[in-house]
Amino acid sequence: MLRHLELHAAHALPRAIPATVIAKVSRRGFLKGSAAFALAIHFLPADARAYETYPHGGLDMPNGVVSNPLVFVSIDRDGTVTIKAHRSEMGTGVRTSIPMVVADEMEADWARVRIVQAEGDEKKYGNQDTDGSRSLRHHIQPARDIGAAVRRMLEQAAAERWQTEVANVEAVNHEVVHKSLGLRLGYGALAEAAMALPVPARSDLTFKDEKAFRYIGKGQVQIVDLHDITTGKAIYAADVSLPGMLTAVVARPPVVGGTVKSADTAAALAVPGVMKVVEIPGSGLGAKFKPLGGLAVVARNTWAAIQGRDALTIEWEAGPQGTASTAMQEQELRDSANGPGDPVRDQGDAEAALASAARVFTREYYQPHLAHAPMEPPAALASFKDGKCEVWSCLQSPYGARVDIADFLGLGEEDVTVYVTLLGGGFGRKSKGDFAIEAAWLSRAVGAPVRVQWTREDDIRHSFYHTTSVEKIDIGLDASSKPVAWRHRSAATSFLSTFAPDEGVQHPVEIGMGLEDMPYDIPNVRAEQCRAYAHTRVGWYRSVSNIPRAFAIQSITAELAHELGRDDKDFLLEMIGAPRKLDWQAAGLAQPFWNNGEPNEHFPIDTGRLRHVVELAADKAGWGRSLPAGEGLGIAAHRSFVSYVATVVHVKVDEEGRVQVPEAHVAVDCGFVANPERVQSQMQGACVFGMTAALYSGITLENGAVVESNFHDYEMVRADAFPQVVHTHIVEHPFAVHATGVGEPGVPPFLPALTNAIFNATGKRIRNLPIRDQLAT
Amino acid sequence: MINLNVNGVDRQFDGDPEMPLLWYLRDELGLGGTKYGCGTGLCGACTVHLDGSAVRSCLTAVSEAADAAVTTIEGLSPDGNHPVQVAWRDMNVPQCGFCQTGQIMQAAALIAETPQPSDEDILAGMQGNICRCGCYQRIVGAVRRAATGV
Repeated sequence: MLRHLELHAAHALPRAIPATVIAKVSRRGFLKGSAAFALAIHFLPADARAYETYPHGGLDMPNGVVSNPLVFVSIDRDGTVTIKAHRSEMGTGVRTSIPMVVADEMEADWARVRIVQAEGDEKKYGNQDTDGSRSLRHHIQPARDIGAAVRRMLEQAAAERWQTEVANVEAVNHEVVHKSLGLRLGYGALAEAAMALPVPARSDLTFKDEKAFRYIGKGQVQIVDLHDITTGKAIYAADVSLPGMLTAVVARPPVVGGTVKSADTAAALAVPGVMKVVEIPGSGLGAKFKPLGGLAVVARNTWAAIQGRDALTIEWEAGPQGTASTAMQEQELRDSANGPGDPVRDQGDAEAALASAARVFTREYYQPHLAHAPMEPPAALASFKDGKCEVWSCLQSPYGARVDIADFLGLGEEDVTVYVTLLGGGFGRKSKGDFAIEAAWLSRAVGAPVRVQWTREDDIRHSFYHTTSVEKIDIGLDASSKPVAWRHRSAATSFLSTFAPDEGVQHPVEIGMGLEDMPYDIPNVRAEQCRAYAHTRVGWYRSVSNIPRAFAIQSITAELAHELGRDDKDFLLEMIGAPRKLDWQAAGLAQPFWNNGEPNEHFPIDTGRLRHVVELAADKAGWGRSLPAGEGLGIAAHRSFVSYVATVVHVKVDEEGRVQVPEAHVAVDCGFVANPERVQSQMQGACVFGMTAALYSGITLENGAVVESNFHDYEMVRADAFPQVVHTHIVEHPFAVHATGVGEPGVPPFLPALTNAIFNATGKRIRNLPIRDQLAT
Repeated sequence: MINLNVNGVDRQFDGDPEMPLLWYLRDELGLGGTKYGCGTGLCGACTVHLDGSAVRSCLTAVSEAADAAVTTIEGLSPDGNHPVQVAWRDMNVPQCGFCQTGQIMQAAALIAETPQPSDEDILAGMQGNICRCGCYQRIVGAVRRAATGV
């Protein structure tokens, strides 16, 4: 099975890759009832079995999963329960949701729970790489196990105190109660004895009935950082400071792999407050997350550092990518996607079926590179002293960054400590700790704590960009216009090029995001990857390859529906076919679907669940209703990160081609839901993120360098153009239907739902993203 | 020497008068609630009040704040319970939270100037503040709630 370990072996890749992607979730508080939280919950029949443990991809992640309660939970004598959050908080609510599961299972009173962020230490905490929409998927079971173990230890301690059997006592809301005598002992009074007991075996644990959950699934627990965020006390990377700290702003080579040919630093050094100019060694493509290099201006404050950098005169040697351009690359991708590629799925005989088809319907879709542009630009503080380095930063993978820092500085892993602040957005950018490595390097170089502050221009111009791709699909139709063949050729730059010499091929993770796992019920299916070479650093961006794949697959579906005079939604359902679980062998694969690293048998690709979200979104949106001229509905569905999402967008396009979305309906099936309020917020956010990508986003290379620099030319959807009302419809399941992910899966269907709606409103078909002025008449 | 008042405290600054107020607040005074997002007035993360009006502190030189009163998120309300802050919590607005202090300062100025804003007023007033997480639906709802109670 092509899973993480084999991937490592096959490509000798660093630890971070297969993990891929973002996952993305406290003052304590509860919703005040009204306005914020009005969610529609929909029941899908399923077995309401008790909690039976199931295997999941977290077990195969580097350093796996740790369920030792003593690692995560401590209890003070005053009853305060401290729970370690070991996943990075970038807006999904994970810092709240996982501890909330622990607290509920251990019968702790959430008002008496304190959250402490874990440092980057996977030997202690297990995998901490917060991406891939994995946090709840991999950690909801360990969180229940931890909570149940602590509850059991508290009950045991109380039973020993009362000299009775543990069966005679019960933990209830921060106390243990003697069932017959009515005696009570608070968690604080029991803490010392309880936490000194042996940790019970998992087979000795009992779990709460789902009906007894206080917090899980209720959507009433507010994020733990809410009060701090609204009062300016929340700590992000650039908010940490140390005595004697200096600030650095770095002039990096405009072209990846570029070097300093000559530099005049005199004017920079003359800026009041500037202390030094320090060279950072750089790297070209294939250097993982190593810094790009360049000259760092180290100063007493940020303003001096910025001015100092502006005053540098640098002549750059561009290096091998100095002639690259987006126009050239787009043509390379189109040429590649128009020739045969290497098969990654071969079901039936698609070539023969296309050759004998009554008609072949072909479309080609393009998306340029994108930058993540989190609101918090990368920043890190490092303090190197006596051979040891401490780092504070906004990192999605703090342990990964720790290993990379140690490697870059030639230190032992044990000599590097990485503390995780809140992340002001991540979206995959902060999986790559180049900025933290810069800070560590500079602190050692200048002998003082150094904060590296990236400007917005740095962020846009020196990212690890979302893949750029051409996705070409041919659909063979028989004489009755029934699709009998599907051939998908994908020419897409791969993040493999960031880890190893670029061979122009995609990583199995990327192939697994909509290329090999296309769920339509078509007898002959061939998917090919066509060579595509990177000209800048490629990384992963929220939803990764699912974005171009969903855009292509869901666009051509609507295009063909129109061509055949069919209703978009009905035709989509027909393409999906009957409810069934995809069989990888029948699909013509040599090994099971990558499936986000999840075991196929426990997380199958279930077309019944995909159909259900399509029907639910369509039903809630009033699919089929007539709309005024210039308005339209569009629908799209995609399974990603093991979750099923269908989106219906209602669009209005005015005479100048401006796009408004008065309403969107998102139906999401992500298995059991721990925190429906954060699922809703992720879906709302995904629609905005998707709208920005569809309308505006595109990175342009000229002479190897990125042209865009800030929000004037790398625009974001604002308060004047966001999807006005996003209705989230969550398919409700018992715990037995495994929790999956929500950080990313809301994004991919939004783009084609929008462009399908635009077609239905205007007759204009968008095949090349972004939309920008394509609708202007 | 520049004299100014920040969150009710008189301050003197004898550094570069062209230093943006943002960096003075963050680096010199340690008021971290005002955020750097773009440095060019395009995102609103650095929004503070200058004599009660919302300004982008990244584009406002310290010299422009001479003899003026600056209010940052830390000084918006002594107990953190300005109606906008309360509405923000009631509506569970934030995701990552980074832009939210700027959003709140913008919204507080908007409501101070237009106590009963229409939806159009809210959208126009908040348009300069970017939220990459995409909390706009709740931001607009929270501004409305702060102004009208519903």
